Amino acid sequence: MSANEAEQFERIVLPHLDAAYNLARWFAGNDHDAQDIAQEACVRAFRFIGGHRGGDGRAWLLAIVRNTAFSWLKKNRPHAVVSIDDDELAEIEDQKVAANGVFSADKNALLAALAALPLEFREAIVLRELEGLSYKEIADVAGVPVGTVMSRIARARRQLQNYFVQKEGES
Amino acid sequence: MNCTEIRLLLHAHADGELDAANSLELERHLKSCASCAAENRSLQKLRVVLGGGDLNFRAPDSLKADLRQFIRDLSEEKKPRKESSLQGPWKVLAFGATAFALLTLFLRPAGISAPDALLNEAVASHVRSFQAEHLTDVVSSDQHTVKPWFDGKLDFAPDVQDFATHGFSLVGGRLDYLGGRPVAALVYRHNKHFINVFVWPATDVMEPDIKMRRGYAIINSATNGLHYCLVSDMNLTDLGELAGLCGR
Repeated sequence: MSANEAEQFERIVLPHLDAAYNLARWFAGNDHDAQDIAQEACVRAFRFIGGHRGGDGRAWLLAIVRNTAFSWLKKNRPHAVVSIDDDELAEIEDQKVAANGVFSADKNALLAALAALPLEFREAIVLRELEGLSYKEIADVAGVPVGTVMSRIARARRQLQNYFVQKEGES
Repeated sequence: MNCTEIRLLLHAHADGELDAANSLELERHLKSCASCAAENRSLQKLRVVLGGGDLNFRAPDSLKADLRQFIRDLSEEKKPRKESSLQGPWKVLAFGATAFALLTLFLRPAGISAPDALLNEAVASHVRSFQAEHLTDVVSSDQHTVKPWFDGKLDFAPDVQDFATHGFSLVGGRLDYLGGRPVAALVYRHNKHFINVFVWPATDVMEPDIKMRRGYAIINSATNGLHYCLVSDMNLTDLGELAGLCGR
């Protein structure tokens, strides 16, 4: 490894370690596996550092984390990886949401609600709401068209709303 | 735009992803449609709750330290090796990181009762082979000397090859005992590192499996009826190369 590669790695990858870990953690569901995934992703990032074409390193690194996480999940939790139906309008017409539903701001409830989302929805929401990525950046990370990102975010939010409405109903 | 379309576009609007023309139309619709307006308020509320939920997980300090050490280690390997750099806790971390770059398969029980115990045993045996100055019973870089030496000492014939052309010179062999059975230990040298390759019969084929124990790298694989367990303090990339050569 040249000093240049080490410098590139420090400059491009390390500043986004929190974002990388956050995404890995939301995929893995626990700290231990998240560390494994984040670490493996960073090492992969290091190997591919020559392929980084400038620009924001964050989306580039997150795409690697995403791919690493999916490979990891397929290997270690094959049942967790089920492809979702990306039909744009599916569920959108679902009118179940109470418009004035009171959302619990309790952190544990939020964590549980997000964790209950299907992988791809969770990914989209985490990248959008927690990491602040644009639709285009999310599309690059997830390797899907922007329209699919929009639909996933809409459906994910719909599921979150329903989750809380249901919880309200239970209590 | 009908309400169904609006319900989808509300999200793009909230995320600042909707173009000006559609945004205007959407806002006009919200003024005249109570149901969509309520939906929009619900969406905004959800976004506020998510945004203020402190839901981001931050990378543990240990991970940051591991990666900085990983970089230092790789930079270090290019420089002339200092004695002090052969040991130390960071070596473990750097190894661990590199290990993930290759494979993180779990050991499949292929006639091995306790994989974890076996790994520890392999490392102990590797360490002992230096401590007791008992690295080799037969010292020879000639595979045709080392291979026949095992005849009659084992109930199988280990595959003995010299990989000097790949930078791994055969130093010799010795008998060892691992996982409750006698095994062949082949010793290779790569620069200043020694590698113990433990060989015993296998019934299954096993993809290379990489593990770290006490700072030592261990790669297990099985091919052509033989199990290879490589142990070394060498970096994993090089050890992986040797693992790829064994049994081929």
